Amino acid sequence: MMIETRELTRRFDKLVAVDRIDLTVECGEIFGLIGPNGAGKSTLIRMLTTLLPPTSGLATVAGFDIVKSPAAVRQHIGYVPQLLSADGSLTGYENLLLSARLYGVPRRERAERIARALEWMELSEAAGHLASHYSGGMLRRLEIAQSLLHGPGVLFLDEPTVGLDPLARETVWHRLLELKKSARTTMVVTTHRMDEINEYCDRIALMDRGRMIATGTAQELKASVGPGASMDDVFIRLVGARAGSEPGSYRDVRLERGAEKAHG
Amino acid sequence: MAEGAIASLKRYAAQAWGVAAAEIQKLVHDPLELLTRAIQPVLWLLLFGEVMVQVRGVSPGHVRYMDFLSAGILAQSCLFVAIFYGISAIWERDLGVLQRYLVSPAPRSALVAGKAFSAGVRALSQAVIVYLLAFGLGVGISFNPLHILTVLVAIVVGSALFSTFSLIIACIVKTRERFMGIGQVLTMPIFFASNAIYPLSLMPVWLRIVSRANPLTYEVDALRAMMLNGESSAYGLACDFGVLVGVTCLFVAIASRLYGRMGY
Repeated sequence: MMIETRELTRRFDKLVAVDRIDLTVECGEIFGLIGPNGAGKSTLIRMLTTLLPPTSGLATVAGFDIVKSPAAVRQHIGYVPQLLSADGSLTGYENLLLSARLYGVPRRERAERIARALEWMELSEAAGHLASHYSGGMLRRLEIAQSLLHGPGVLFLDEPTVGLDPLARETVWHRLLELKKSARTTMVVTTHRMDEINEYCDRIALMDRGRMIATGTAQELKASVGPGASMDDVFIRLVGARAGSEPGSYRDVRLERGAEKAHG
Repeated sequence: MAEGAIASLKRYAAQAWGVAAAEIQKLVHDPLELLTRAIQPVLWLLLFGEVMVQVRGVSPGHVRYMDFLSAGILAQSCLFVAIFYGISAIWERDLGVLQRYLVSPAPRSALVAGKAFSAGVRALSQAVIVYLLAFGLGVGISFNPLHILTVLVAIVVGSALFSTFSLIIACIVKTRERFMGIGQVLTMPIFFASNAIYPLSLMPVWLRIVSRANPLTYEVDALRAMMLNGESSAYGLACDFGVLVGVTCLFVAIASRLYGRMGY
């Protein structure tokens, strides 16, 4: 088991952003996290990546407690935030070098690992260019390469394909599938794209208003809604019960659109 | 045991250096920023300095006022650069670059120390500008290499101190707008309640006490003693550097506690 949470909860003043979540993610699994804006997906990920302490409950990632040993958790995970996390004023190579140093990749291994990562992400030619000149797809690949340099067991990806064209999206997913096959890296992915969830995720959790309202494989979730149902139907049926009360805050929307603009 | 300690110290240094190196690399990509910073010290020395030289009583007696002022303006121009450094942290937070730093296993203090050091290096360009200008104005500069080296160290430490102070403010206020307001408000008292442009002996007692508690006074004291011929430190270089290094360490410790909360 790579991730396990018990009654994991995060409150912001009166708002319960994540409400007593129990979750297990197995080794080598691509785990999809879906739900409407403001459902608590990003808050959950920010807790699991130790960016945000939980209000109550327990969680272990790669065998380490997120509250008691955050540094050990950080050493074993990679995180690709929804926001633009590559530094536009550095080149692709320099971005990777920064990550290698932060993660304590030994000096003698750095050059080789960076070269391999650049090659794998098809960025070798652009390595010397400033990241601010990269396309959205290149930036995403660079960010994924940065988060994989230290060989993490678990990779968190927050909306990895938002704002990308279909070709760039497919490239990103193919790289992730390769990674799953070659390194058995466990991945937790949030996305609003039901086609991606359906196609690439081994298991899925649907969140709404901080609660986990359904978990299972795409097949199981679709079957639970009715014969011939699509993932869109699952989403609409299970979340739509309370349509009209969109909880996504101004900040959520600003971040999301900002990210789209930056990547697009 | 000792080997383990050395290994973790080396790792810590590599992580802090990784952050600093990335910042320095950005300057190499875009050195124009440094040129625009040359304007302020030039204006202070040429406009303010040339007029104040005419005022009787402002000179501390044994040195010419322009000599006295040049060291103060060097400290001031470094202060003005450093005090707005925190805004880059807010910028990085809004972009998402900060998250990349915070999910890495590097201790918060290594990140803060790396940022502080890079701000110190950034300020060195001010020394080049002020030395050239002061030389042109006939200021009695000491070209003893040891003195110049001490000046450079004082600038790096002083700028690290004020940039970390700036980072603390940024962690507290969290938005660019609020930060700009507070930055303006802070700069003037730090500058005027110091020995940068007039000797403490001209001040009323209460202001003299404030100035003695102001780290900028010790930076100016060290700069003045080392930059000018035949000038000596009023408080002793050991005291000057003791205060600068001590306060920097204190600020790094405080900023390290706050920096992680920027990711919330």
